[in-house]
Amino acid sequence: MSGIEKSFPGVRAIKHGRLELFAGEVLALLGENGAGKSTLIKVLAGAHQPDAGTIAIDGQPVQIRSPQDAQRLGIAVVYQEFNLVPALTARENIFLGREKTRAGFVDRASEQRQAEELFRRMNVRIDPEVLCRELTVAQQQCVEIAKALAQKARIIVLDEPSAVLTDQEVTKLFAIIRELQTQGIGIIYISHRLDEIFALADRATVMRDGEYVDTQPVKNLNRERIIELMVGRKLDREFPKEKAPIGPARLVARNLSRGDKVKNVSFTVHAGEVLALTGLVGAGRTETVRLIFGADQPDTGSLELDGKPLRVRNPRAAIRAGIGLLPEDRKGQGLVLGQAVRENFGLPNLPALTRLGFVDHRRERETFGRYVDALKIKISDQEQLAKNLSGGNQQKVVLAKWLERHCELIIFDEPTRGIDVGAKYEIYLLMNRLAAEGKAIIMISSELPEVLGMADRILVMHEGRITGEITDVAAATQESVMKLAVS
Amino acid sequence: MKKLISDYGMLGALLLLCVFFSWRTWDVQQPTGAAAGRQVAGLIERMLPKTGRVLIAARDNDEDREFVGTLTEQLKRDGIAGVEAVYGQPVDARRAMNRIVEAGGTIDVIACNHATAEWPVFQNLGEKIPALAKATVIQPLSYHWPNFLKTDNLLNVANQIVVIAIIAIGMTLVIITGGIDLSVGSLVALSAVVTTWLVAHVGGAEQAGATAMVLACLAGIGISAALGLFSGAMITVFAIPPFIVTLAMMLVGSGLAYLLAKGESIYQVPESFIWLGRDTVGGLPISVVLMIILYIVAHIVMSRMALGRYVYAVGGNREAARLSGVPVVAVLLLAYTLSGALAGLGGIVTASQLKSGSPNYGTMYELYVIAAVVVGGTSLSGGDGKVFGTLIGAFIIAVIQNGMNLTGVESYTQKVVLGLVILGAVLLDMLKKGGWFRRSRKNAN
Repeated sequence: MSGIEKSFPGVRAIKHGRLELFAGEVLALLGENGAGKSTLIKVLAGAHQPDAGTIAIDGQPVQIRSPQDAQRLGIAVVYQEFNLVPALTARENIFLGREKTRAGFVDRASEQRQAEELFRRMNVRIDPEVLCRELTVAQQQCVEIAKALAQKARIIVLDEPSAVLTDQEVTKLFAIIRELQTQGIGIIYISHRLDEIFALADRATVMRDGEYVDTQPVKNLNRERIIELMVGRKLDREFPKEKAPIGPARLVARNLSRGDKVKNVSFTVHAGEVLALTGLVGAGRTETVRLIFGADQPDTGSLELDGKPLRVRNPRAAIRAGIGLLPEDRKGQGLVLGQAVRENFGLPNLPALTRLGFVDHRRERETFGRYVDALKIKISDQEQLAKNLSGGNQQKVVLAKWLERHCELIIFDEPTRGIDVGAKYEIYLLMNRLAAEGKAIIMISSELPEVLGMADRILVMHEGRITGEITDVAAATQESVMKLAVS
Repeated sequence: MKKLISDYGMLGALLLLCVFFSWRTWDVQQPTGAAAGRQVAGLIERMLPKTGRVLIAARDNDEDREFVGTLTEQLKRDGIAGVEAVYGQPVDARRAMNRIVEAGGTIDVIACNHATAEWPVFQNLGEKIPALAKATVIQPLSYHWPNFLKTDNLLNVANQIVVIAIIAIGMTLVIITGGIDLSVGSLVALSAVVTTWLVAHVGGAEQAGATAMVLACLAGIGISAALGLFSGAMITVFAIPPFIVTLAMMLVGSGLAYLLAKGESIYQVPESFIWLGRDTVGGLPISVVLMIILYIVAHIVMSRMALGRYVYAVGGNREAARLSGVPVVAVLLLAYTLSGALAGLGGIVTASQLKSGSPNYGTMYELYVIAAVVVGGTSLSGGDGKVFGTLIGAFIIAVIQNGMNLTGVESYTQKVVLGLVILGAVLLDMLKKGGWFRRSRKNAN
């Protein structure tokens, strides 16, 4: 792909896109959110038509006018959101739209044989006759990849495949990718986790602000160099942790339990403290904080805030008590995507911005304007719809909501997932500031470097229980945390 | 300005429809009533000295009495004293003329309206009554104006749609929250029946006083609101899809209406019961004034108040709204209760317009109401829509129906056209938002 250009109404998504992929290689496509990676991939997948530029496969110029064209040319994309029908089996999903038939009837035996063969090629064990909704996320991803292979794809694009996986599953995914590599399939791998790039990729292409920056063999690069290329400037440190003085206990959770997701969880967060809650995906971390925020009701257990018993019947009560939550699923739970960012900001703050039921629009605008400046939120204007913001800016809007509420306890659930390096850094700085103001912070994160870099204390969860506590974070390593997480 | 166009683009479609039907119904118009009286008076003043004598010929009906009234009054003000009016048939006019002539009097001007001017007695008058050979027959001048744009017709359009439009306010709220309310048509019938039944059996039938009627109306609205609240409770507490809950309530409401009315219409209401449906204030029907007030209030609530913001947020992303502290359950309950209450009000307006209550009122109304909301640009997937858009949507439907009536399109064809127009309007709206192609693409992926 070269000289690709693509504009949307009001935005030039790609000014100059370039990408070169060899057979049997893993090419990492890097860049901050909004750098144009996704758009470039969508052009390749036929989902968008480029305004200019050419695409050639095996030296032959091609036109990709539709996803069907892309499929025919052997291009398959595994998006972050899977395109699987939950109520169909793995096999049915793999052959969806291209069923093998005999005299009009689906030839199940043949499909089944082929599905098993595909899974064998990937070295995974999945029963092709299991419904997709019963598979784990990692297995669903395998089905997606098998689907791509069944289409005889020679180019497979993986868009942040590890974001939804646990570390063990990521290791497995890497094995599958290496297996595919030996079969001559070219892989484009998009990820924000730089560790993975070094472990997996042969070369890396970096984009910034819709433009191609550079392509280098990975062995010539290091972390700092990649970040520099992505951000366009040097970053001092990845985790700018500043310890705040730890004060008295603010939130005390005692024996929280709910179903088999949260079992007898007790802990304390102090003023000025960043308490990290880590563990594998599904360990019950999000479920635990949802109990604190009143999003779910505990079967047993009690809460105490600043020494007083706290009853949270619903999120409204929690918010009134001074608790804020940045949910893990920003788009599904943090924002009303179809509404203006100003309106999203106002949502939890309306009681303060309202007189006799009427919203004071001017004050709302001014207040939000202050946060736009302070948090460097990149928006064209306050009426811009939340869905048109990049991940980092979306997260900042969610943050602004809770900052204006002056929350005493802020829960960050995977605060930097899918967020680019620059915005990550700013969110870390903000955590520092909040801690310095004496607020209590609970941070859920699956990214161990982040946990080790930002936390004052680490709690590790496994299968709904707290299985370990690390108070001396400086001495902890990824391995020591991991050991507690899988125990 | 751009925002205005995108928010109320359907207004353009409505205006185009009005222009179209105005062109199609462009016709010769005859002034009648007071307007005709004023015009004829003007003509007479210009040609007649103050001593002149005028005979006014009119039919014996309200419209013509108004004509005569205005004309005599104006002529008297201008100092023309010799004015006499005759009501009835051509033969009455002839008798009157003969009487005047026999009494030795004379007539300079015979003032007619467009109908009486056509009476044969006034043709070649000189041959029939030679004494009146010099008398001039004066009639108002005809002019060209679209039938569609006549005040009466426009009021007719408003009257026809007022019930649908009132109910559509509640439906807009419900649809913005991401739900639907299929029970409104039945609630119209239930409320109409409950109200008229109470007036007939408790309030004193034809002798019912104003207080009794107001209380009966409140009861009608209250029971509809209660059923709406019940739907809302089923939807929020038990998480049953709104479509199913309100479908069930549609049957329940209709059944209750038939049970209470024993399958018959209830007519035993006083004459004054039509106040809401047929009386006017300042030229506008009271029900239309009520509708306008309701729309203004709803617009303010939805655009300026926290409640409105909550309604949009709940429809846009229920979970995000809940986690932002929005009282989601209360908002949903309120939306369905309001929808029920407004359907109840719609039922009372219908009963008042027809001066009776019947369990078969409101049939299919839910579909017209939903059509009005959707044509008005509200998205069925929730989170997006404008109250005034709905009003425009309602009027688009009313104008199309009325326009087709005026141009003589038969009712079966009207249904076909209306269906296609609803589809076309929504398609247009999606094209305008530029999302049509992209959205279909996304679904295909």
